[in-house]
Amino acid sequence: MYKLMVLIALVLIIIFIIWWFFGKRTTKSVAATRQGNKQVVEIVVDGGFSPKVVVLERDVPADIIFTRRDASACFEEVVLPDFGTRAHLPIGKAYTITVTPHVAGEYQYTCGMNMFFGKVVVK
Amino acid sequence: MSIRTRLLVSLILTLPLIATMFGLKLPGDMPTMIVLSSGVMLIGGGPFFVSAAKSFKNHASNMDTLIALGTGTAYVYSLYATIFNMHFYFEIAAFLIVLILLGQWLEEVTKSRASNAVEKLIELQAKEATVMRDGLATRVALEDVVVGDILLVKPGEKIAVDGEITEGNSSVDESMITGESIPVEKQVGDRVVGATLNGQGSFLFRATHVGSHTLLAQIVELVQKAQASRAPIQRLVDQVSNIFVPAVLIIAIITFAIWYVFLGASFAAALLFAVSVIIIACPCALGIATPTALIAGTGRGARIGILIKSGEVLESARDIKTIVFDKTGTITEGKPVVTDIIGDVQQVLSIAASLEAASEHPLAQAILGAAKQKNIRLHPVAGFMASTGQGIKGTIAHQQEFVGNQAWFGVNEFDIKKFASDAKRLEDEGKTIVFVGNAANVYGLIAIQDRPKSTSAEAIVSFYRQGFHTVMITGDNVGTAQVIAHQVGIETVIAGVLPADKAERVRLLQEQGKVAFIGDGINDAPALAQADLGIAMGGGTDVAIEAGGIVLVKNDLKDAFLALRLSQKTFGRIKLNLFWAFIYNTAGIPIAAGIFSGVGLTLNPALAGAAMAFSSLSVVISSLLLNRVKL
Repeated sequence: MYKLMVLIALVLIIIFIIWWFFGKRTTKSVAATRQGNKQVVEIVVDGGFSPKVVVLERDVPADIIFTRRDASACFEEVVLPDFGTRAHLPIGKAYTITVTPHVAGEYQYTCGMNMFFGKVVVK
Repeated sequence: MSIRTRLLVSLILTLPLIATMFGLKLPGDMPTMIVLSSGVMLIGGGPFFVSAAKSFKNHASNMDTLIALGTGTAYVYSLYATIFNMHFYFEIAAFLIVLILLGQWLEEVTKSRASNAVEKLIELQAKEATVMRDGLATRVALEDVVVGDILLVKPGEKIAVDGEITEGNSSVDESMITGESIPVEKQVGDRVVGATLNGQGSFLFRATHVGSHTLLAQIVELVQKAQASRAPIQRLVDQVSNIFVPAVLIIAIITFAIWYVFLGASFAAALLFAVSVIIIACPCALGIATPTALIAGTGRGARIGILIKSGEVLESARDIKTIVFDKTGTITEGKPVVTDIIGDVQQVLSIAASLEAASEHPLAQAILGAAKQKNIRLHPVAGFMASTGQGIKGTIAHQQEFVGNQAWFGVNEFDIKKFASDAKRLEDEGKTIVFVGNAANVYGLIAIQDRPKSTSAEAIVSFYRQGFHTVMITGDNVGTAQVIAHQVGIETVIAGVLPADKAERVRLLQEQGKVAFIGDGINDAPALAQADLGIAMGGGTDVAIEAGGIVLVKNDLKDAFLALRLSQKTFGRIKLNLFWAFIYNTAGIPIAAGIFSGVGLTLNPALAGAAMAFSSLSVVISSLLLNRVKL
């Protein structure tokens, strides 16, 4: 009886893990704000990228400002493969990556080890 | 706190705990063990727990999640066990933290060594330059140099930007850009490259490219882009790593359930199996398998003037069967030179050069060059006339003189019989022949050839030895092409091809297997793009940088061979890394879960921790070895 209860508890934990990590969630996206002839958007790096999805305008130079608050080695680097950038993020300081997207579409960005993901949407 | 400090503190606190594994009793016994291991968990392990919690809040997981859960489980269970006076595992929790930190520290140290190629390139840049302004030499910051400025370079000084020498001469050490260790002689009209080092001479040059347009800046950009790119082979890893951590957690729970609920193992034993699963599965090695090899490979290339543009290029280099070489400028120098003069050298050359001085034909440059070299004085020419594809004529000292090919001299019924055998012999050597003379007297002939570069034959033999089919493609006639091909050891010749048709010829060859095309990017950009792998030898021209998948800074075919080998080695290393990482991570899980405990094969958590630390380290070291592997 005791072991059955343990088993039920374990199954519940598995269900929770699946729901927590794989459940469909709406990710909020943030659009860059226009500042003169460029656009600016900030991403906080703390246990993940927040916001995960940023929206940029086409053909306008964009400053993507990453602020890393997480000391974990997992967030040492950020990679934007489609924009040819791999950058070391200093802890606690803002780091600006400037890109000019020319083609509309969705571009993934990741941490240095491809464990955390975010998206740049170009409209 | 740095990883190194955390490691040192944890190690000191853990050593007494490890001693208890060998039966030693600590003063104060259990309370001491609790204090020591709590210290390790807090100082060494704290950041893992913080990071794991933050990720968890974001519905994400990372390797810190696994570390925190694995060590946390062992620690919390041990606290629980002490209350009920059961066997506990404080030393295992602490030892795991030490091993993981050790792995991370070693990885950090070795990884930084792999990734500093770009920084080294940027450091090459000069900080200041001496610019001539209003006739005065003025020191200015590099950013203030503009195109058109005349810069002064003193002996031993670094050249600030790209440009063209206007006064003076010197030898320049370009090894930092080209990898070529022998200094290059430079004189008026020659190109100089920013960040290279001037030798003993002093000269003035006009800036032609500054800022982000210099060759160095373009190389840096290229290398950065390559290192941020992803090899397509990595896509599989991306798919896996998305679900890896939660999947491992579920496997660990199932492991526990099977041992504890169904097989009747003790709670502690079942828990240890679960902890081993969590620890062995840390996907760290998987995550760094591709990037570290890519960074090491492209970094090594950049140091020797081989720029690999992306991870995709590495993959296309994998099973190349055929290497197609452009002839002019790639196998050969691209500059025809006079190789033989038959007749009175002085007379033949002075007449020919005087007439050619007004011509724009490529061969004219060769003849004028030879005349200049021999200090031959030119005569004034009257009534100059050129017949396209045949030759030129003009009057020198009241005598009409001719320079032209055999056909033209034949049509004019000049007597060239006495030179016929020489002409035949030289033509068989693949040389272009022009006769010099007039109706009454043919003085002699000049043989001109675009000679193969000194290193071409050696490079082509290297390709051949590696089992590649070597093909030369050229617009020349079959005879000339065959001779050159024979000299350098090319197997197949495709001659008489118009520049525009080169891409089509490459496409035809592709029907039999993957093709690499090696050209200078000037008139063969379509062929470079058509081939599975385009290697552009450009001496760093914009066209070449655009066109090739691999760009060679130096104009040397041997580098093309090295580039192909480096690409293949790097790709091989990525595959090897991924293979080992997968083995460690996936094959390790069933062992850790105790599936093979029936045959005595088990992994306790400490061993799992050691395996995990070793797996990341072995991947990084394997990538670093790319710097040493023979090409």
